[in-house]
Amino acid sequence: MTDLHFTSDRADSTEIEAVAAAIGNETVVVVETERLIRGGKERRNQSRHLLLPALHALQRAKGWITPGGLNHVADVLQVPPAEAYGVATFYEMFRTVDPGHSESVTHVCVDAACQIAGSDMLSDELTAAGSAVHRSPCLGQCERGPARFVQGVGTADEVPADAELFVFHQQGDPSLRLLKRIGVVDPGSLDSYRANGGYVALDRAIEMGAAAVLDAVADSGLSGRGGAAFPTGVKWRAMAAEEGRPKHVVANCDESEPGTFKDRVVMENDPFSIVESMTVAGFATGAENGWIYVRGEYPLAAARLEVAIGQARVAGLLGPDVAGSGHTFDIEIRRGAGAYICGEETALFASIEGFRGEPRSKPPFPTTHGLFGQPTAINNPETLLNVLDIVALGADEYRSRGTEQSPGTKLLCLSGRVANPGIYEVEFGTSLGQVLEMAGGLTGSGELRAVLLGGAAGSFVGADSLGLPLTLEDTRSAGTTLGSGVVMAFTTDVDMTPVLIRIAEFFRNESCGQCVPCRVGTLRQHETLVQVGRTGSITADRRQLVDDMARAMADASICGLGHTAASAVSSALALGLIGGAK
Amino acid sequence: MFGAGGGTVSYDEIEETDFIVLWGSNAREAHPIFFHHLMKGLDNGARMFVVDPRRTSSAKFADVWLGLDVGTDIALANAIGREIIHADLHNREFIAHSTEGFEAYAAAVEPYTLDMAAEVTGVPAIAIRELAHAYAGAGTAQILWTLGITEHHNGVDNVFALCNLSLLTGHIGRWGSGLVPLRGQNNVQGGGDMGALPNKLPGFADVADSTDRARFEAVYGMDLNPVPGRHLTLMFESMEEGTMRGAYIIGENPADSEADVERIRGLLSGLDILVVQDIFLTRTAEMADVVLPASVAWVESEGTVTSSERRVQRVRAAVAPPGEARDDIEILGELARRLGVDWGYPTTEDLWDELRSLSTAHAGMSWERLESEGGLQWPCPTDDHPGSPFLHGWLWDDDLGGRGPAPFTVVEHAGPAEELTDEYPLRLTTGRALDSFNTGVQSGAIDSPIRYGDAIEVSPSDALRLGLVDDERVRVISARGSVDMNVRIQPDIPEGLTFTTFHFPDLVDTNVLTNDTWDRQSGTAEFKAASIRIDKLVRAGAGDD
Amino acid sequence: MTSAQTTVSLSIDGNEMQVLEGTTIHKACESAGINTPTLCWAENLTPVNVCRVCVVEVEGSRTLVPSCARPAEEGMVVYTDSERVRHSRRMVLEFLGSGVDLDQATPLHEWIVRYDADIARYDQPDLPAAIIDEPTKIQDDLYIRDYNRCVLCYKCVEACGDDAQHTFAIAVAGRGFDARISTEYDVELPQSACVYCGNCISVCPTGAIQFKTEFDLRRAGEWRPDQQEITRTVCSYCGVGCNLEIHTQDGRIVKATSPADHSVASGHLCVKGRFGWRYVQPSI
Repeated sequence: MTDLHFTSDRADSTEIEAVAAAIGNETVVVVETERLIRGGKERRNQSRHLLLPALHALQRAKGWITPGGLNHVADVLQVPPAEAYGVATFYEMFRTVDPGHSESVTHVCVDAACQIAGSDMLSDELTAAGSAVHRSPCLGQCERGPARFVQGVGTADEVPADAELFVFHQQGDPSLRLLKRIGVVDPGSLDSYRANGGYVALDRAIEMGAAAVLDAVADSGLSGRGGAAFPTGVKWRAMAAEEGRPKHVVANCDESEPGTFKDRVVMENDPFSIVESMTVAGFATGAENGWIYVRGEYPLAAARLEVAIGQARVAGLLGPDVAGSGHTFDIEIRRGAGAYICGEETALFASIEGFRGEPRSKPPFPTTHGLFGQPTAINNPETLLNVLDIVALGADEYRSRGTEQSPGTKLLCLSGRVANPGIYEVEFGTSLGQVLEMAGGLTGSGELRAVLLGGAAGSFVGADSLGLPLTLEDTRSAGTTLGSGVVMAFTTDVDMTPVLIRIAEFFRNESCGQCVPCRVGTLRQHETLVQVGRTGSITADRRQLVDDMARAMADASICGLGHTAASAVSSALALGLIGGAK
Repeated sequence: MFGAGGGTVSYDEIEETDFIVLWGSNAREAHPIFFHHLMKGLDNGARMFVVDPRRTSSAKFADVWLGLDVGTDIALANAIGREIIHADLHNREFIAHSTEGFEAYAAAVEPYTLDMAAEVTGVPAIAIRELAHAYAGAGTAQILWTLGITEHHNGVDNVFALCNLSLLTGHIGRWGSGLVPLRGQNNVQGGGDMGALPNKLPGFADVADSTDRARFEAVYGMDLNPVPGRHLTLMFESMEEGTMRGAYIIGENPADSEADVERIRGLLSGLDILVVQDIFLTRTAEMADVVLPASVAWVESEGTVTSSERRVQRVRAAVAPPGEARDDIEILGELARRLGVDWGYPTTEDLWDELRSLSTAHAGMSWERLESEGGLQWPCPTDDHPGSPFLHGWLWDDDLGGRGPAPFTVVEHAGPAEELTDEYPLRLTTGRALDSFNTGVQSGAIDSPIRYGDAIEVSPSDALRLGLVDDERVRVISARGSVDMNVRIQPDIPEGLTFTTFHFPDLVDTNVLTNDTWDRQSGTAEFKAASIRIDKLVRAGAGDD
Repeated sequence: MTSAQTTVSLSIDGNEMQVLEGTTIHKACESAGINTPTLCWAENLTPVNVCRVCVVEVEGSRTLVPSCARPAEEGMVVYTDSERVRHSRRMVLEFLGSGVDLDQATPLHEWIVRYDADIARYDQPDLPAAIIDEPTKIQDDLYIRDYNRCVLCYKCVEACGDDAQHTFAIAVAGRGFDARISTEYDVELPQSACVYCGNCISVCPTGAIQFKTEFDLRRAGEWRPDQQEITRTVCSYCGVGCNLEIHTQDGRIVKATSPADHSVASGHLCVKGRFGWRYVQPSI
């Protein structure tokens, strides 16, 4: 809806076909005859959300987003080229400079778990072997590092480790709730899912009615598993009460917190559970639209979800009359393109909408002003998974596990120096030491030095914290967090300085750049740690500066990224993990 | 009364309107800051249809663009009117209470079926129907136009055709709805309001009306000529007839800006005396016997101007005029003195107060209020009147207050004066570019990085047929003359149409081509429709010179 | 057009006050006589609340809140000068000054002094703090862009985009400290969608984007804002009636701006209004 201006660069047929295959042939401007042309703001607004898929198509087609390709997409969707470029340059997976080759690019994870598993060496080996290598932030494969993700040119993206046998250490444990189907169910079969207890919850939900589902979720005491632990029942009730239409349920599957891979395991191995639980959420809150935003580095998860959604549609479990309930609900998948910030809920909305994944100020909150400015319930997939048991078992039975304030079970991502890294479901209240034991105890030559809880946005606890019960309340009062369920163990033989420098670099790279405290604070924090790495110690005035910066980032940033960007570094300094004795 | 010259709405209203019809106006380029208000309206959810032969930059903001043939506006408007009536979407109550002449109008538009209009205009019938239904069905709606409506031999009829639509639907006289002629120059509204029209005295008083005249005669202390004067176009006819032998031209450059400009230059050079008062030595000034250097009205002297929303605003001197240049008022006063009448040395405020004493629409606009309130919109009859955001609210009053109902005016499609022929098979229409203004005497000083110069824009299909490529030098020929210019292939204009600007007359004398057939009611020439052909030039020599 | 307006009561720095519903904390502070620094906020733009220099403490809020965007609520208890507020404002000013040149960001100068911001403390031995260090972009005769002064306040993007001009010639590209205001692929402005309305320049608070005339005068040491006069008049081009502020120095026009509080143009102009005065004095 504007008088757009384009440079003279044109797309070639490969790019045009790739874009059409991704987003169809419809254009915002429709030339009906030489004297009648339609366009306008409404048509433009309705198609803007296709920008991200279209950019994916361009990237895939040529290995980079060419000026001609960008012009084509900008013209089709009537997005100003400068804005489309701003979006393209926001994401790690998109290139806007000609790489000079059309080879697939191997992303090698350089974040903590992979870092101490030798990602630098792997990256050097691959480069020496002639591969195009890209140093990547956490790829969500921390249990099998150093992780790789191969971004195809003209071919599908793939994760080499997906070809390996999947190992789930708790398989067969009868006490499992959330993970009971993992390794048991055929992820590509609705029948298999049904045979393993699938769609019992949806049937039950329809039987109970929406209000009763909302009550059960509220009574269960379920809280968000993405890290913020907001009561799910409160969120759903608020959204259900909204009159505005349409309404949305969004599954935040942009799992990017370094050390976190639980959602990937669930999506890949039990995808129908995500589809079913979203359908229950849609039914309970009166939402018609479901969106799964899955991070771009999870091609297998996206593919399996796509299959599951297709089968559910065929079976009438999605669509205009969900399971005969009269309720309409369907799900669309969106692939992220490499941006940690898009795990922040409002940034995720912006990303789906076709804008830069920049967080928005809250209030207003998503329940009233969410996706496309409309009422939205956005949940972590683990949170959604809990809903299936809450509905099927009832809130009382659900609460029989865990503690009063942290009912139920929690998925943990064990990585680092443990014998059996992987995903584990534990009852809230299990101690840190017990959890490490479940993972086979420590590995390597050293003693336990520290455990990173909650990921890069979490904090380190020392070896004296093995007795810490892993509940929301106990971690909070111990000044740490469960966050997204990261439990990453470091032994005394690990040099923590490069780990901390990398954590600081991670935030510097992942800051969207919107607000000053985070944009500059993460940079200065990284610079300070680089200096600590050089000198091996931290001076008193640098220490003061780090604290000053940490406070300002936590207090004045727009979103959670800035609020927590200094958390791990501060805790490491307090524990004396870097910069000399505490 | 209905029909007083001025936009009926305020800019703010378009931000809250439901439906916009932009007709023969490329406001995005010609009125960019008004377009900001319009875009806010679109952002707030208004729909917009743009009617224009070209898919202009304004049209690119539209939900629907209707690319009618040049000069077929009345056929389109009448068909819209007929469709509204046939679909029973007209506002019967408003028509009965506040208008007159509906029956005659309805009968007159009856032949303008959708199919007939589609045939005449080239716009698909479905789009005409859609526009009719959307306009009539909107809660609030505005029709806006500019020179695409008025620069025709039947420009006034074009305006009536649009006014009829607002009367038919009642989209007039209420917040958000109205008729908006956008003014092309910063004081074209004010000039008319102040009586710079051949048949008007300041404040819309009529030269021919003895009561009006008497009020002015009392204040001026002299008798006034009761015979309306001649407008610009008639003046040139008088020159041609030899009945007008001298001209005093203030701030106008007809030797570049008039249609069929070679004819105009001949007439000006044949005068016994030509006096030009200007801030530039324009082409017209170069022809003058006497040039009176003036100051720049908006930045070297004090005064007021009036905008398209009838807002009277102060202009102020920020710099001193150069050399011997003087304020217009001073020049006129000195001239009067030499002619034997001493007007004294009135200040700008003195003159303003005299105007206020004669024009009720301006009576409440004290100099202090103009200073402190950021301008006031007429009518503003008293010191405590806030000014008028929109006009014709009285049409909705139970009692019309003694005013006559608003009349429908029957108008018929006529088409451009100059038909397309085998010799001149292409339609030429002219217009303006964002970074330039009229004949470029002011805007030429901008070092604009986006200036293309005047080029003849042709559709891709015509370019293909004629074997033209971008930047090719061609000869453009009309029955009146020819100019050489560069080709620009423009996908935004339909086959058969060509377009150019006229901002660089020293380089491309566009108005040599244009048709000076003019509207007997307004005096405006048909700049928007000439018939031309494009001849390829045999390239002399190689490469660029 | 105006409905019955309700008021809300709040406390700012211990003083009870009432404001109309919808009033931002920033506006409420202003009416209470409390001066609050802002950088990315402007009267004629939608608040983006990115600079965070206007943050205040609100009781019950875990983090500080941007006063420019947050509406006052009934019963809100606001502190504008608490230790937390002073600390964050000081750090934001330090962060800004540590990365870019704030010489021409005159409104910030008093705040830097007031909050005792130590811009120099980010340099480390052998490791100077990263700064933006790019050559000034001079691509035409009207504008210059100096990214070494850009604080990424988004104002220019908003003015170019849907807050005014709807041209969208520039957007934010890249991420983090490497984010820049950019055309697509950083093409030169004359090749971009830019229509030279200058509305980006008029909202820029730091001189990162500037009229070439001002840039040249500054470079020649002849830019003297304290000796400039501003005269309000009306643009000489089309009939819209945009108000102009003509800035003169030594009797010469040096630039044209537009008052943000006037209903016709709301501080914005087109290329003709912005640069069309040049015919009055052909060479500056």
